Amino acid sequence: MGIRFILMVNKQGQTRLAQYYEYLTLEERRALEGEIIRKCLARNEQQCSFVEHRNYKIVYRRYASLFFLVGVDNEENELAILEFIHLLVETMDRHFGNVCELDIMFHLEKAHFMLEEMVMNGCIVETSKTNILAPIQLMDKAS
Amino acid sequence: MNPFSSGTRLRDMIRAIRACKTAAEERAVVRKECASIRAAVSDNDNDYRHRNLAKLMFIHMLGYPTHFGQMECLKLIAAPGFPEKRIGYLGLMLLLDERQEVLMLVTNSLKQDLNHTNQYIVGLALCALGNISSAEMARDLAPEVERLLQFRDPNVRKKAALCSIRIIKKVPDLAENFVNPVASLLKEKHHGVLLTAIQLCADLCIVSEEALEYFRKKCTEGIVKILKDAVNSPYAPEYDISGISDPFLQIRLLRILRILGHGDADASDFMNDVLAQVATKTESNKNAGNAILYECVETIMSIEDSGGLRVLAINILGRFLSNRDNNIRYVALNMLMKAISVDGQAVQRHRATILECVKDSDASIRKRALELVYLLVNESNVKPLAKELIDYLVVSDQDFKGDLTAKICSIVEKLSPEKIWYIDQMLKVLCEAGNYVKDEVWHALIVVITNASNLHGYTVRSLYKAIQTSGDQEAVVRVAVWCIGEYGDLLVNNIGMLDIEEPITVTESDAIDAIEVAIMRHTSDLTTRAMCLMALLKLSSRFPSCSQRIKDIVTQSKGSLLLELQQRSIEFNSIIGKHQNLRSALVERMPVLDEATYSGRRAGSVPAAVSTSQGNTLNIPNGVVKIVDAPLVDLLDLGVDEPAPTNSSAANFLHDLLGGVDISSPSAQSGTMQPQKSGTDVLLDLLSSGSPLAQINTSTSDNKIPVSPLNSLSLSSPLPAATSSMMDLLDGFGPTPTPPAPKDNGPTYPPIVAFESASLRLMFNFSKQPGSPHITQIEANFTNKSSDVYTDFIFQAAVPKFLQLHLEPASSNTLNGNGSVTQKLRLTNNQHGKKSLVMRIRISYKLNNKDMLEEGQISNFPRDL
Repeated sequence: MGIRFILMVNKQGQTRLAQYYEYLTLEERRALEGEIIRKCLARNEQQCSFVEHRNYKIVYRRYASLFFLVGVDNEENELAILEFIHLLVETMDRHFGNVCELDIMFHLEKAHFMLEEMVMNGCIVETSKTNILAPIQLMDKAS
Repeated sequence: MNPFSSGTRLRDMIRAIRACKTAAEERAVVRKECASIRAAVSDNDNDYRHRNLAKLMFIHMLGYPTHFGQMECLKLIAAPGFPEKRIGYLGLMLLLDERQEVLMLVTNSLKQDLNHTNQYIVGLALCALGNISSAEMARDLAPEVERLLQFRDPNVRKKAALCSIRIIKKVPDLAENFVNPVASLLKEKHHGVLLTAIQLCADLCIVSEEALEYFRKKCTEGIVKILKDAVNSPYAPEYDISGISDPFLQIRLLRILRILGHGDADASDFMNDVLAQVATKTESNKNAGNAILYECVETIMSIEDSGGLRVLAINILGRFLSNRDNNIRYVALNMLMKAISVDGQAVQRHRATILECVKDSDASIRKRALELVYLLVNESNVKPLAKELIDYLVVSDQDFKGDLTAKICSIVEKLSPEKIWYIDQMLKVLCEAGNYVKDEVWHALIVVITNASNLHGYTVRSLYKAIQTSGDQEAVVRVAVWCIGEYGDLLVNNIGMLDIEEPITVTESDAIDAIEVAIMRHTSDLTTRAMCLMALLKLSSRFPSCSQRIKDIVTQSKGSLLLELQQRSIEFNSIIGKHQNLRSALVERMPVLDEATYSGRRAGSVPAAVSTSQGNTLNIPNGVVKIVDAPLVDLLDLGVDEPAPTNSSAANFLHDLLGGVDISSPSAQSGTMQPQKSGTDVLLDLLSSGSPLAQINTSTSDNKIPVSPLNSLSLSSPLPAATSSMMDLLDGFGPTPTPPAPKDNGPTYPPIVAFESASLRLMFNFSKQPGSPHITQIEANFTNKSSDVYTDFIFQAAVPKFLQLHLEPASSNTLNGNGSVTQKLRLTNNQHGKKSLVMRIRISYKLNNKDMLEEGQISNFPRDL
């Protein structure tokens, strides 16, 4: 299991999406998110996209006002996770059309459905945008 | 449907939350929403269940408790429609976890959905199972998942494969059922299926040795071929990332090859070609390509050696390391750490570059590089590397100093070629970053210093110079104070000059100035100040001419609010003023600390747990206290059944040796217990310093003060000044608050012969006061078995820290021929009922003006005392 959690956070440090693949209590989550966000937000553009925190390695990438943070274990390929974040953003872009913070806030469940199609139990399931979005588009058509 | 019947719409709730300016406002909105959702839950509202759950997920994301919505998930999952199920499963994955009992209720719904005709519903169920399955569920539903591995739609097969990973992790026995299905999945073309099948394959190899063997034999060839195809495949837009075909798949393939090739020459041989191809053909100007190269290097490093490939891999890392992109440099450092065990020489070649990375502005890179440097250091390069690191320490960021200091100290300790170099380097570190140094580090330094007898003078002079410039670094001050106390005479007389030294002129009063500055400095903490007092006491004997000045400085702490300082001040004052005859013996130089013992203790200790603060000692539950005590017990050679010292013992051990502070939070103790306890500790400390006999606490020796000021502290009313006549002293006992217990109260204990030698017998009579079973009153009765007169009779006792000992003055310090002397002791057993009493004693006296000493251990106390 490579991916431990995925967070989307705005630049004020507010969590906009959180998906954990291991059990943490609510308090632990809040504390962890706070610490990580503080650490990542303090870093500048030139610095590398990896931050070590507790047992996690955080791979993060910033898109406009939104930070995408992925917590992985030590075995994971950091560069691949960086590429995965980009894939996630591209997928959301394709669905929402230039995704922004509000899209994710107001369509939280859709964002989760996409994530569900891409990652399961901490492993990447699918990397084709068409395949990822197919069930979601089907749902949109039906409703 | 009336939209106003059940609170606000989801969209409105999110708007309301966004509009909140403060956390308090947000809490209010959330509380209101939660209340209406709870109401809907208890009304069993069907129309808005879907929306309420969506709201709950949002609220959960914000970090509020949402457990009351868990049953709603189950209801939605059990609903027939796809939209309900979908949100229900999402809620299940977000709001529940495998630890909750509620989860068991969902097993049946899952089973039905896994057998559903709609492939999307099957997909939902698989996803949920894969994310949160417990061991029981895994066992129950494994047959369904196994079957789904052969489902007609590849999108279901891929999810079934990942779901299987969860199952075999939860129930490893089931692994063998999945080996064959996976082997057939590996022959597919669908990228999603391949990606997940390879991951399942990797996890099976980890769980089961047989599976690993099986895949190694049957599948290596197939996997190599898939990778070859992926590398050479024509442009496939769906999986292409910046010109590279499905990097995620390639990375997974490289990873499974690593598992298959590790420790198996044949399999490794088989994959050589394709690895060489990946390493040479992959473009390195894009992140995706570098990700593959990175993975490829790791695989080459892990499989069995074939020289050519390793060279290729190291070259790639070299290229990475000199890349301008920080991400690439970061992973290069990461990989070099793994490569170091494979090819240390090759990594050493990049030492200069790595050292530059330690000074990078990026904290992540610095951290990696520092760890790598730490691994690179060996006997041959320790000097230049340590120099570089220490030079950098001067200019490094505040928040990096902690890490850097710890590593430097560790390197220097581990690899120092000679003691003088070690001492020099440690002094530099202490001067630069003394506040970041852990206590164990400067404790270790002191141990080394005591062992380097030819360097004592040099060290104390260097330290003296160091605190002139770096007086703000606590650790350097402590070490300096300790050394000046011990070796003050070497400091002022320039004894033991080394050739490299320049002579300095330090007068006795300069040395005392240095300590006075340290004790007066407002940032000095209790430990430092206590050490200062100790050093002053020692100097009072080394520099007799300054005795009065030292006494004045010591006296200033008499009114300290910190009990420990107050006590030391009063005690030391009394030693300096009234006990000149024994002072010089009392403050003799510390015996050489045994390095082996100390490092042994350290090895067993967890550095993070080491702390100087013993403030909690008394409050920690039993057992822990004992651990803390262990080193001291050791020192006193008390043969208690003690556990191997762990954790904080090392620090405490030295701490005690250094005359360290035993801070027991004053509020935790009350009344007269406090001075008694600490009094005992100080006695123990003094005893442990190895100085010849000295009795402060109960002394009735040759001077004319029968009761030392110490004792008057602990007694409720000061004893009237008395002469040393026995009768007067006994009279003085009148007001003591501890009369022997009446006989008919509480259990009685038979008296014991605690100690007997040819010349002496010591009897103990026990009594307890009703209501305080942990306190034992002991009346010690010393009988002179000979007809000679023993003068200057002194009885001393030491106990492990779970006991508190209070000695009252002896009835006389002279034992006439066949006469006897009594002395009262009070023992408080903090672990009453768990541990028996134990005591180590020393009896000294003069026989015809010849010093006699008898020692012994008393362990035949009646149980239950």
